[in-house]
Amino acid sequence: MIKILLLAVFVITLAVPFFNRTGPTLGGFPFFYWYQMLAVPVSSLLIFIVFRAEDTDADS
Amino acid sequence: MTNPVATIVFLVLIAFVIILGFTAGRWKAGDMSHIEEWGLGGRRFGTWISWFLIGGDVYTAYTFIAIPALMFGAGALGFFAVPYTVVCYPILYLVFPKLWKVAQKHGYITGPEFVRGRYGNRWLAVAIGVTGIFATMPYIALQLIGMQTVIGALGIPGHIPLIIAFAVLAAFTYTSGLRAPAMISIVKDLLIYLTVIVAVIVIPAELGGFGAIFAKVAPAKLILATPPAGSGGSYTGYATLALGSAMALFLYPHTTTGILSASGPRVIRRNAALLPAYTIMLGLLALMGFMAVAAGVKTMPQYAAGFAHYGPSFAVPALVLNSFPSWFVGVAFGAIAIGALVPAAIMAIASANIFTRNIYKEFAASTAASVETFVAKIFSIVMVIGAVVFILVIPNTYAVQLQLLGGMWIIQTFPAIVFSVFTRFFNGWALLVGWAVGIVMATWLVALNHFAGSVWAFHIFGYVVPSYIALATVIVNAVIAAVLSVPLNAVASDRGADTTAAVDYV
Repeated sequence: MIKILLLAVFVITLAVPFFNRTGPTLGGFPFFYWYQMLAVPVSSLLIFIVFRAEDTDADS
Repeated sequence: MTNPVATIVFLVLIAFVIILGFTAGRWKAGDMSHIEEWGLGGRRFGTWISWFLIGGDVYTAYTFIAIPALMFGAGALGFFAVPYTVVCYPILYLVFPKLWKVAQKHGYITGPEFVRGRYGNRWLAVAIGVTGIFATMPYIALQLIGMQTVIGALGIPGHIPLIIAFAVLAAFTYTSGLRAPAMISIVKDLLIYLTVIVAVIVIPAELGGFGAIFAKVAPAKLILATPPAGSGGSYTGYATLALGSAMALFLYPHTTTGILSASGPRVIRRNAALLPAYTIMLGLLALMGFMAVAAGVKTMPQYAAGFAHYGPSFAVPALVLNSFPSWFVGVAFGAIAIGALVPAAIMAIASANIFTRNIYKEFAASTAASVETFVAKIFSIVMVIGAVVFILVIPNTYAVQLQLLGGMWIIQTFPAIVFSVFTRFFNGWALLVGWAVGIVMATWLVALNHFAGSVWAFHIFGYVVPSYIALATVIVNAVIAAVLSVPLNAVASDRGADTTAAVDYV
């Protein structure tokens, strides 16, 4: 069930109508850019959580 | 030679990685007469080496030149590379540890070999294998173009340096196999990270900060255009480009090779969480396209010849020349050139693995392990020579167009490889028909776009859905394969031909 977090990665990164806007800006970056850049570490963290939850020594 | 300091630094870096390439064969040495050692590094790479190797596979010299060039020319659309190289990782996590397990158990070194074992259908496996080789050829050629662009930017004329570089590449690939690009990829990534970090600190400081950079980009190019009523517009175009590219990414022979060379499924899963670090770097690199706009390199007379010759691909080289002292220009260009050698070597090896296992071995009399490895080594040289000839004989625009087509073709192997990891519902012949329809339909639609565009406006129930052609056609492919599988399995099931067992996939 924890795999649902992997689905969240698709939703976060492909929700184009949501993030296709210029404001609010962050550090001079329009929303379109900082949102998608921020989505990278967030996605990485979600995948890591799934990895940790499912990780067993069985197939190391 | 117009830039001696940069050229010397550049040549020293290239010479260093070439020496590294030749010595790499002795690293974690195995019996190099065996193809699993030459072509897969003995499946021995741990988390960090895999991270560098797969990173070298995915984030290539062509990417470093083409993505900023797309931002420079087309604007926000070019940023699809970021969601693309994020959504590929859940796919990596879900699919490829399973493929690794079944491949290791049965000694497969390529994706099509798995399909051969799963369906016992040599024609399906040959189709999948040939698709991989054809999709890879223009990809190698594009790496050469990336290298050619920086060599040209250094002011070194002619094709001779490029021919020498790739002759050496062919030689160390022959002797060291996959260990050569694995070792070189570490140097490549350290240099690329260094270049990008310096670039995002130094260049915005010169241009007045990121706010000032974005302010210089035309509003129409800063974000995507709002779709007209009744159409998905650029929104579906952007999302399908990202998703379709991500689905295709790990089906390329070179990326599959990178994954199968890992020492275990756990290394692959862990890398699915670690590899996005490269995507942050890629996003910053993409923004160098906007930095080139803000710096105004396009109108500077000293770069006019470069832009006339290379088009928007010259944006990053021009920006680097304009922003950095000579010695660091050498470092940055060296990073890009080495970023061409790494994936080119893996592509040549991966294609050679497919040729040997799925074509040569399938149709030649059964051969000894050492003969098999020899055939693979020779074919890797053929691939590199083919790519060099391709670049020298055919205009560069054709390489770009063929690479675009290659993406459309390689995704057609998705049902046969990815679905088959999870289910044996499909019939081998049904998958072959789906593949054929997908290849023909995708090629036909790209031809209607005059080989220049990868998005087609599909009309679905009165709604216009502009979509990446690869994604739309692979859906048709999968539906056909599924629908045909039912009657085919009823009258002539090939399930008995499966040489893998359910336990291989757990």
